[in-house]
Amino acid sequence: MLGLTSRDFTLFAIVCALTLLAPIILNPFPTGSALGASFNAGYPALMQRFAIFGILVVGFNILFGLTGYLSFGHAAFLGVGSYAAVWMFKLLSYNIVPAIVLSIIVAGLFSVVIGYVSLRRSGIYFSILTLAFAQMCYALAYSVFTPLTNGETGLQVYTSDPQVLMSPGDPVVPHLFGLQMNTAEVVRVGPWTWTFEVGYYLCAIMLIAAFYLSIRIFRSPFGMMLRAIKSNQTRMNYTGLNSRPYTLAAFIISGMYAGLAGGLLAAMDPLTGAERMYWTASGEIVVMAILGGVGTLIGPVVGSGIIKYLENIVSKINENILHQWFAALPDGLENVLIGVVHPFVGEGWHLTLGLLFMVVVIFLPGGLVEGGQRVGAMFSRKSRNASGVEADAAAQNPNTPAE
Amino acid sequence: MGILEVKGVNKRFGGLQALGDVNLSVKENTVHAIIGPNGAGKSTLLNCLVGKLIPDSGSVMFDGQSVLGRKPHEINQMGISRVFQTPEIFADLTVLENVMIPCFAKRDGAFRMHAIESTRHEGDIIAQAKAILSDVSMLEKSEMIASSLSRGDKRRLEMAMCLVQEPRLLLLDEPTAGMARADTNNTIELLKEIKAKRDITMCIIEHDMHVVFSLAERITVLAQGTPLVEETPENIKGHPKVREAYLGEAQV
Repeated sequence: MLGLTSRDFTLFAIVCALTLLAPIILNPFPTGSALGASFNAGYPALMQRFAIFGILVVGFNILFGLTGYLSFGHAAFLGVGSYAAVWMFKLLSYNIVPAIVLSIIVAGLFSVVIGYVSLRRSGIYFSILTLAFAQMCYALAYSVFTPLTNGETGLQVYTSDPQVLMSPGDPVVPHLFGLQMNTAEVVRVGPWTWTFEVGYYLCAIMLIAAFYLSIRIFRSPFGMMLRAIKSNQTRMNYTGLNSRPYTLAAFIISGMYAGLAGGLLAAMDPLTGAERMYWTASGEIVVMAILGGVGTLIGPVVGSGIIKYLENIVSKINENILHQWFAALPDGLENVLIGVVHPFVGEGWHLTLGLLFMVVVIFLPGGLVEGGQRVGAMFSRKSRNASGVEADAAAQNPNTPAE
Repeated sequence: MGILEVKGVNKRFGGLQALGDVNLSVKENTVHAIIGPNGAGKSTLLNCLVGKLIPDSGSVMFDGQSVLGRKPHEINQMGISRVFQTPEIFADLTVLENVMIPCFAKRDGAFRMHAIESTRHEGDIIAQAKAILSDVSMLEKSEMIASSLSRGDKRRLEMAMCLVQEPRLLLLDEPTAGMARADTNNTIELLKEIKAKRDITMCIIEHDMHVVFSLAERITVLAQGTPLVEETPENIKGHPKVREAYLGEAQV
């Protein structure tokens, strides 16, 4: 269906269901309960980030996962995408369509230039070149190009801006032909509260489209060529294929994904700053991809989701909340437990992330997706022992890269 | 006039004259072997033919066109394929994909942006790839990941990858290096089969005289960067210059 194999279609359908039902799935605990206050992630601002960073890492994975070229400056494209979108808000109107279109185009142009130069080298030298470019973009945005970027204050929309397409009565927040991004439908079912926000659903639909496109690219001859580049560039060249335009095309596509993500960030909240291009932001993208599973289809979505969850949820657990959780225990034991748990939550969430990352890199080089596959294989082995030939479906398609 | 004409090729690495005034003419549809002791410049010559090295002077013409200054992928598109000393294959991909990639290169040229179409719908390419795999009797292994193949199978796969492009000239760099005798004989049989089935010119660099004398129709002996003799296999055996090149100064 949709030009996908049944396996890929299943995966795509699962991603669609998860993104579209996220406001319900991410709020498993009743609103107002202690667990709900700590662990519910189904609020629009966070869900938007899940979707936007999902798009970013799905695009990054087309470059890194398929060709093996590790770009360490991908946040630059996110940053220029955001700047381009905010400028559209300032010059035209709050309609997000020109903003997002321009953010993709500008990021694409940047990636043509940066890719053309950086792809003259491979391996660590390529990574360093992209890192240098991104830091250059950051430094320029922070100081030299202040008229364009508003420097350290960050770029935002003022009422004195031209906004030539804006007529009186138009919304003064980002909107899609009048449909405001912050419009939300709040549904209460029993003790649960679910918020369905326009902004989140825009991001979700973009994520679904981005994910679908990435499946098609993975399964296309072009995707096969990119995997061939990762596998053996010498053979590639002696087979009559020019690897340079292939890597450049992959670089531009993934840069445009990042531009889309940047544009969406601005469409959700019409301001931006240079820190979006800082090298730690690029590093975060790499960590997301590796944590989820490089070169797998679903890995980037998993990786970005987990990191954004840790960053926004686990980081909010403070000592008071821990005291509430362990209140039932005897005092001595409570203090010991809090002493053990506390370094890993709140501001210590980086420690949790670091440990998780180490465990994944050492024991699951294929990322969390590989972990999922191992668990799945364990179950299918059990069921095969019990009933025979059912698990053969997995053996039929060993050449498709893992989902 | 041969399909491959090398004229007055020189190549120097610092103080070392790797190739000195090499002339070589390979006739169409023959198997031409280049032999010579270690350091004779065989690999340097081969690298000059495929665009990896550019000679300091001289000319290399393939089918009337110069190959000098062209990149490896352009030379391949002219119809020259190369088999490496250690098989260069796409180790992370399946055997079938390994063979499909050269088919795409042959059909679509050095670059084509076919990013939305599915590989599953490339019926012609898959059929072509399967045909060549059955020619080298590897069809039942087509879903295996190439890195898990045995060394001999990797060699067969690399040959299949070259042959599926139907090159006019196949360059083989020590195709049996490091092989057991049985594998060597299999390779000889495979090359003989290939030669019998289609019009192809082969140029083999080889140490193993057994391979050379089983396959070659013409032999060029290279020593210290210069061709000594070019002869038929019968006349090469016991040729005084060849003995001298391999065994050192003629003994009195």
